[in-house]
Amino acid sequence: MAAKAHIGQTLISGGRVIDPANGLDAVTDVLIADGVIKAVNPSIPAESLDGEVQVIRADGMVVCPGFIDIHTHLREPGFEYKETIATGAAAAVRGGFTTICAMPNTEPSIDNGAMVDYVLSRGATTPARVKVIGCVSKDRAGHELADMEELIDAGVVAFSDDGDPVYDAGLMRLALTYSRGLGAPITNHCQEHALCCGGVMAEGWVSSRLGLAGIPAVAEEAMVARDIGLAELTGGRLHLAHLSSAGSVAMVRQAKARGLLVTAEVCPHHLLLTDQWALGLQCSPSVSAGPAAYDTHTKVYPPLRGDLDVAACIAGLADGTIDCVATDHAPHDRVSKECTYQDAAFGISVLETALGTVLATVHDGSISLSDMVERMTTGPARVLGDGFAKYAGLTPGTPADIVVFDPNALWTVDVNDFASMGRNTPLNGVELRGRVAATLVGGRVVFEEPGMLNTGGEL
Amino acid sequence: MVVAATGDTRILQSDPPPVQGRRRHVLDLDDFTAEELTATLDNADAMRGVLERDVKKVPALRGRVVITLFYEASTRTRISFEEAGKILSADVINMTASASSVEKGESLLNTGLTLQAMGVDVIVIRHPHAGAPHFLARNLANVAVINAGDGAHAHPTQGLLDLYTARAHLGGIAGRKVVIVGDVLHSRVARSAVWGFAGLGASVVLCGPPTLMPDPLVPQGWGTGTGGNGAPNPLADVTVQPDLDAAIEGADLVMALRLQTERQQRGFFPSVREYIRRWQVNDDRMARANTNALLMHPGPMNEGIEVSSRLAHGERSLIEEQVTNGVAIRMALLYQLAGATVVED
Amino acid sequence: MAGRRIMDADEIRRAVTRMFHEILERNHGADELLLAGIRTRGVPLAQRLARHIQDSENAAVPVGRLDINLYRDDLSERPRLRIRPTTMPADVTGRTVVLVDDVLYTGRTVRAAMDAISDLGRPLRIQVAALVDRGHRELPIRADFVGKNIPTRQMELVRVRFCETDGVDDVSILERGAP
Repeated sequence: MAAKAHIGQTLISGGRVIDPANGLDAVTDVLIADGVIKAVNPSIPAESLDGEVQVIRADGMVVCPGFIDIHTHLREPGFEYKETIATGAAAAVRGGFTTICAMPNTEPSIDNGAMVDYVLSRGATTPARVKVIGCVSKDRAGHELADMEELIDAGVVAFSDDGDPVYDAGLMRLALTYSRGLGAPITNHCQEHALCCGGVMAEGWVSSRLGLAGIPAVAEEAMVARDIGLAELTGGRLHLAHLSSAGSVAMVRQAKARGLLVTAEVCPHHLLLTDQWALGLQCSPSVSAGPAAYDTHTKVYPPLRGDLDVAACIAGLADGTIDCVATDHAPHDRVSKECTYQDAAFGISVLETALGTVLATVHDGSISLSDMVERMTTGPARVLGDGFAKYAGLTPGTPADIVVFDPNALWTVDVNDFASMGRNTPLNGVELRGRVAATLVGGRVVFEEPGMLNTGGEL
Repeated sequence: MVVAATGDTRILQSDPPPVQGRRRHVLDLDDFTAEELTATLDNADAMRGVLERDVKKVPALRGRVVITLFYEASTRTRISFEEAGKILSADVINMTASASSVEKGESLLNTGLTLQAMGVDVIVIRHPHAGAPHFLARNLANVAVINAGDGAHAHPTQGLLDLYTARAHLGGIAGRKVVIVGDVLHSRVARSAVWGFAGLGASVVLCGPPTLMPDPLVPQGWGTGTGGNGAPNPLADVTVQPDLDAAIEGADLVMALRLQTERQQRGFFPSVREYIRRWQVNDDRMARANTNALLMHPGPMNEGIEVSSRLAHGERSLIEEQVTNGVAIRMALLYQLAGATVVED
Repeated sequence: MAGRRIMDADEIRRAVTRMFHEILERNHGADELLLAGIRTRGVPLAQRLARHIQDSENAAVPVGRLDINLYRDDLSERPRLRIRPTTMPADVTGRTVVLVDDVLYTGRTVRAAMDAISDLGRPLRIQVAALVDRGHRELPIRADFVGKNIPTRQMELVRVRFCETDGVDDVSILERGAP
């Protein structure tokens, strides 16, 4: 990581500034001073500024608020051989994320104030802003509510038993009701156990072909339906994690039309990859499934599904039914993936490929660039609540969390370059279009991709 | 064109066309062309000749090491491979999960790498997880992998021996009607048989409780330009018919699958009694098939459940012959992987 | 294909005629004789010899077909993917088995054929007949009956064609590496 020494003023000039929070999409300059946005103005000549100014020439680049990820598995404590808060944060800024929200399925799980303090204090020494999501239930066991007030006081931004759903509908109802005044949503990982027991990939011709137990889309949809009903019943704030099926998207669209407090996210991989990637051919259909089949890096929950589901997720993201992109970054050690498909852990290491993956939907015309930026900045901030608005815009006076990226840069994913300890991605070796050039958190350049920018122009 | 590679080895116009490229692994039958299927069955014919001799030994695989690596109990498949390897003069080592470091938690990958380092030429693997053979094949550069059954995915050597047995009795496979009845969903035998029989031009009807029928093995619209790159659907003539009386009409071959009775506990069908009533292959039902229709079963059989006892031991049953042919087929495959090469043209 | 023609149909016919006479002479007739044609072109040659013997002696000599791929000693290079059944119309035990091939070269094929025959039984004796002996033996094996000795360089190939397999009778020498 190429963190630069902090200097008083930074000028990002000549870039296309996309700031959905302020309705801005124009070529303009951004001036940062003392860690906050000072001015966004069409022309700020560096010569006009007093004192030392670091200049970042961003011609041809997009300059926007840093991305916010509300679904990140940082694995610490308990699984430091998969990822640590430090390596996860490093991966985040490499991917353009300035704020990440650690999921509480650690060991022990984050179900009390002391655990929140631990993660926040570890996160404070990293280049990214690390926020914490607390458990819905004690020890994520799904039996009784965690001490939610205590968790809020300690600083959690949402509640989730992610990794597992809140299976018990009664408990989910209590959680939505109890949390009503707490200002944080309940995020549920929707997966009806009885419909996917033993399943390892989406149910369909590919699972049939590979002889793998399938997970039907209705396993997700059944719980999405249940939770929407409970949100209506309780008036609680429901956030649906990683939607992956056309049916789920349709239900959320309907719920929003009825004015329910329901938000939803989609993962980058569900916008690009299908279950055919499990054949190991990176999507090209073939009559035979050769040695490359059963690529364990495609094993993820929710599973990669068919073309129609991918299209529905993209459409939902484009029309705002889905509020935001969230990575569900799930790093794993080698052994967890170097095994049979059935034995492999679920999850993909996403942070460092997220932008290039999501941009595919921009390049094919499915969503505008500014809407994409919205779904990665103000979208996720809105899900978490008012406190996040300051991280999601380039409003003068707010922290200067900024990403500069080239939407057209072609690059080939090489997991050996990852900052994340998790090298588990089916995209290794795949060419993506769009890459982060630099990331600033609180005005400091915390990541810079060598050779993409000229940042040497100090006066 | 006739070219002599040396004075006494050549490819002849009158020979069948050579199979291009050397197969490295046998993972399933989905990547066998009709030509390769036929060549393998032809080779098995020659191997049967060896089996029928007094001296059941040829030196073809002298100096080759074959490991049978079985993570699931099996009698006939493992012994069949062992006998095949030994007749071809390979050194055959049997490794089972209960007698090895598998129990100590050694990973499949490490086991494979260790065997490769020991100079093993062929690993014959049976594993409860689908894709375990693919995983080994992908990670071992110098070993040929033969799938002896992986989870609910495939059992290609069983599929080939079924094809071989059927061809020997029916005279040919193309245009024949094959009915596969039972728990197709969880059956690796059925999946491989589907590729094999369809690959040689048979029409295949899958039959059994609707809860035990799989999704299609190729995408909707395959071959119509909307799926599969417009390549023809290799399984276009595979259909599902849950009613056995209807399915068996005009069949040339009926293959009954083993019923895992524990599936009943998981609710896939209400009772064994109802299963017998609706899906047992018996004399009455066979009467609807073609006059000389044949019966096969991959074994081990729950006699009186999948097949009536009378039929199982009757003259239409090929069940015992399937076992003998299994050795010949496995000899052919071992020879093709570890012994033969394509003569360079 | 180009190449130097060494024998035409008439020459082959005369060579085969001489060979069957020699076989009968050496073995004092056709009793207990078995001709084992080595697949592929040893088979039509064995059949021709048997036909001559039938015409001349009125004796039916059994003709077997021998596939020796499973007996080759140079596994990684030579054997074919396709193997064909070995068929012997009579028990080889106690008989004089004449191994018949079109070309005798290194001797390795004959060695493999002798192994194959030994696994089928115990012949009284084994003899070797070849239409062409081109030299360059690598094993202590010699032909008992030869249609024609053709000195060759190792770089060359000898191509035998029979009507039964190739639609024409001739023998040519080709350059190795020719298409």
